[in-house]
Amino acid sequence: MTAERVFDLTTHTVRELNQALHDVTGATPVRFKVVNAMGDHALAVGIDAAVQVEIHGHVGYYCAGMNKHAVVTVHGNAATGLAENIMSGCVRVKGNASQSAAATGRGGLVVIEGDASARCGISMKGVDIVVHGAVGHMSAFMAQKGRLVVCGDAGPALGDSIYEAELYVRGKIADLGADCEEKEMTAEHRTALSMLLREAAVDLEAGDFRRFGSARRLYHFNIDHADAY
Amino acid sequence: MCGIVGLFLKNRALEPMLGALFEPMLLEMTQRGPDSTGFAIYRDPVPAGSVKLVLQHPALDFDWSHVAALLTEAFKADIDYRRIDTHCLLKLAAPEAAVRAYLHASLPAVAVVSAGQHIEIYKEVGLPSEVADRFALKTMRGSHMIGHTRMATESAVTTAGSHPFSTGSDLCLVHNGSLSNHNRLRRKLQKAGAVFHTENDSEVAAQFFDVQMRQGASLQQALRNALTELDGFYTFAIGTSDGFAVLRDPVACKPAVMAETDDWVAMASEYRAIARLPGVANARLWEPEPATVYVWEGAGAAGAQLGAGPLAKAG
Repeated sequence: MTAERVFDLTTHTVRELNQALHDVTGATPVRFKVVNAMGDHALAVGIDAAVQVEIHGHVGYYCAGMNKHAVVTVHGNAATGLAENIMSGCVRVKGNASQSAAATGRGGLVVIEGDASARCGISMKGVDIVVHGAVGHMSAFMAQKGRLVVCGDAGPALGDSIYEAELYVRGKIADLGADCEEKEMTAEHRTALSMLLREAAVDLEAGDFRRFGSARRLYHFNIDHADAY
Repeated sequence: MCGIVGLFLKNRALEPMLGALFEPMLLEMTQRGPDSTGFAIYRDPVPAGSVKLVLQHPALDFDWSHVAALLTEAFKADIDYRRIDTHCLLKLAAPEAAVRAYLHASLPAVAVVSAGQHIEIYKEVGLPSEVADRFALKTMRGSHMIGHTRMATESAVTTAGSHPFSTGSDLCLVHNGSLSNHNRLRRKLQKAGAVFHTENDSEVAAQFFDVQMRQGASLQQALRNALTELDGFYTFAIGTSDGFAVLRDPVACKPAVMAETDDWVAMASEYRAIARLPGVANARLWEPEPATVYVWEGAGAAGAQLGAGPLAKAG
């Protein structure tokens, strides 16, 4: 039997909630239900346990930041910096996410069922991000590792200054950023993307996506510029 | 950092509650801007040919009756005035420009915080809760308000450096961000006749809109022109006699969220400022697009959205 603890944010503070989440130890699965989130910042941040957290209401900045092992679901919209630096586990938002969702994420899965705004996956370092809708400008800026899957459209400068992350887009792309280019979609990529879509509970064909990545022209010093010194 | 909020009532039946609805929005932005607070309210218009002024002097016992007597004498006109903390709300049957010129010449220690037919601005150094209490914000009734909580970066923490900034008749502006070309733009606007009262970058933006509109631009045109002339980070909320507008720079570094129901339109730096408005659970909720002009004008008006799109190239 899984225990469920309820935190009503009209009577509990954010510190009380986060402390209770940090205090979880042992193998007993724990479910947390958070109600009346009214755009509060830093909800469910820094979890390091396999807890399940259901948050009802819209959340403020940095929700589920640094998440490890936990499964956090937001039944609402999320503001700036959702799941920032996520390490593992899964963060799912039923609504839209604001800027810099999953920024610098190192692992785990972030699913945004609505749209994500600008700079989604900025400097991502291994996280998988699946956005059911569209992403805003400069998404996957300086992305280093991991996958960003966009089921809708992508805004301007997608993948600007990208290193080695993989970007998959199903809809229209406003334009690609510096050093981002379209890549061949091989059978291997289709298989891997299919698995990721299934994990994110997205019922779409991997074959409908295009793949983008780094042209690797910004990696090294260009010897033609040596005369400038 | 700074916090900005705006509330425009589409349903006039809510007008008696404007201040009560708006105050919690402003207070919720305390963490974004604890050093100064200000707000503009649009209400009780004076007839054409008259002017409504909000004046400020730092002394709480300043003799406003003396100011009223001087103005009555100078303009041979009826005057109605009321002290509100460090401010004085004053109505006078005389042209705005002439009254401004007189005050500038004869009473230089008195600051003109706002002037127009509808607008009243109240702003002071201090926490939002303190400033709201000093001006009895929660009791105010009107059609729309915009407000600002300041965390100063560009210029001094003073009453004059607080937002909203108002330069021309009934127009005012609150700003979250910083402009990088404000010195060059200030010189350009001075040549067009603008008179500056602070070193603040946001005042430059307010003067820009004023000069644009005095040269015949509509509010929407002026906002579009701002996208090419203003360089830097900005989310603006702008109030006019019957309107309310929002604009974010093409890179959209500074946050903004908007919500609309049949009864009201609200904007804020963060959702939590909107979270307690009545009917918010069923509101249309969105993040304004970069480089896109959002305007509501006239009671019950539908919004207009004119997009250049994010990262739009200037010029």
